[in-house]
Amino acid sequence: MAQYLILIYQPERAEGEAIPPEVWQQAMEAHGRFAEGVVESGGKILGGEALMPTSTATSIRGDVVTDGPFAETKEALGGFYLIEANDLDHALALGKLCPAPEGGVEVRPVMDTSGG
Amino acid sequence: MTEPHEGDGGVDHVRSAVAEAYRREWAFVLAATARVAGDIDIAEECAADAFGAALDAWLRDGIPRKPGAWLTTTARRRALDVLRREKTLRAKLPLLIEPDVDNAFGDAEEPDVIPDDRLRLVFTCCHPALAREAQVALTLRLVCGLSTAEIAQAFLVSEPTMAARVTRAKKKISAARIPYRVPGSTQLPERLDAVLTVVHLLFTTGHTAPAGDQLVRHDLVERAIGLARMLLALMPDEREVRGLLALMLLTDARRATRLDAEGRLLLLEEQDRSRWDTAAIEEGRTLVFEALRGGRPGRFVIQAAIAALHAEAPSWEVTDWRQILDLYDVLLLAWPSPVVALNRAVAVAMVDGWAAGLAEVQRLEGDPRLTGYRYLASTKADLLRRLDRPAEAVAAYREALALADNEAERRFLAGRLAEVGGPSQVM
Repeated sequence: MAQYLILIYQPERAEGEAIPPEVWQQAMEAHGRFAEGVVESGGKILGGEALMPTSTATSIRGDVVTDGPFAETKEALGGFYLIEANDLDHALALGKLCPAPEGGVEVRPVMDTSGG
Repeated sequence: MTEPHEGDGGVDHVRSAVAEAYRREWAFVLAATARVAGDIDIAEECAADAFGAALDAWLRDGIPRKPGAWLTTTARRRALDVLRREKTLRAKLPLLIEPDVDNAFGDAEEPDVIPDDRLRLVFTCCHPALAREAQVALTLRLVCGLSTAEIAQAFLVSEPTMAARVTRAKKKISAARIPYRVPGSTQLPERLDAVLTVVHLLFTTGHTAPAGDQLVRHDLVERAIGLARMLLALMPDEREVRGLLALMLLTDARRATRLDAEGRLLLLEEQDRSRWDTAAIEEGRTLVFEALRGGRPGRFVIQAAIAALHAEAPSWEVTDWRQILDLYDVLLLAWPSPVVALNRAVAVAMVDGWAAGLAEVQRLEGDPRLTGYRYLASTKADLLRRLDRPAEAVAAYREALALADNEAERRFLAGRLAEVGGPSQVM
């Protein structure tokens, strides 16, 4: 079997707009059904996380750290690492270690989805 | 907890004591409360409440001997109350607080040993993962205690825009887990440079307001100088902090002479040097001498040294341009910025003649980073005017005028344009 990464793209909510509980509930249920569907069709989920919005992202090109998501010009998403770090300083230091010589990396916090 | 002061006056006296405490102690109170609250918004609210409660309490009990300690204790107590009350509502991502390695005090509740967390606050506000404009807004809001409306007014944006900028930055601090911490020694030089850049940006924004009918925004200038004084008190060994304070004092010493009676902009060479602020110059020069000691100077120390040479010179003509040019060469190595290269071109003109200066400016015109930079066009125009090349000077003044948004600068450029023979209806 081969491995694939499914990337989820969707519109972001406006700044400060809270997710209504019923929408959150529906999304959790939908992802639950997705997980069942994957198993039923003979596949396997190896891992998955919800990400915090792009407003919490930090990008690194070379040694230059900037606020915001990675501005793609001619680069395309080429890979990912899910890391554990103490804080953003630590995560950025690890991001700088990550080889992306002709592009850069974006460091985005993973959302804590435990307990709503 | 209060230690009454004997013979306190009436409401006015207490009110001014609270205002004074706000000016001097806001950052200290907020920074220390944030450590307990673990949340910037709660800390801000509780610090504001403490200042609000101070008037009544101090009227009743007298002004405490240490107002900052009284306010901090009050704010921290409120924060603990809020946390107890709102345990369930508390944000899931608290401010990431780590004890300083060299901080022996810990979370002591004794008001006399409240740790000074202002540096944590400053470094968090100026974290590189925040956009520069957010760093500036947060520093004014959290460290200087300015209201969102005041910051919006200072940067000529609407209040909702500024409020959104501040909110977004605070959210990023907690969501991305930007630590509430003073960076370690390996990161310190780079992180300190970001802090000093923010303070200097505040100063330059105030020194020549980018737009509007006021040339100088004294409030921003005072805030920037106040911040540099605070940083120097907290980091007395950092030479660049000393250099930045010196640079700002020496530059601001010319404040009274930058406009004539009609509000027309006066260049350095036209200013009445007898009206420069000699106390500020003296303080600035002392700081420069101190900062130059101990190895290779950084960019703020070198700029301050250049400003000191200007401040010492009896006139524009007899300024030590040779030494200023040497310092610009050193500065360009420490800080290869095209704006520095442009300033260096003026020194070249003074040492080697107008034509040599113009050649430097023309060389810099090819640098895309200076495209649209208003002082490139005005410097070029001035050199062409001195070289008696009116047609080219007219074109350059027109270009400078199209780029200038500050009224005093526009009037100055329009005057020069008329002088070299251009039509005056461009205003």
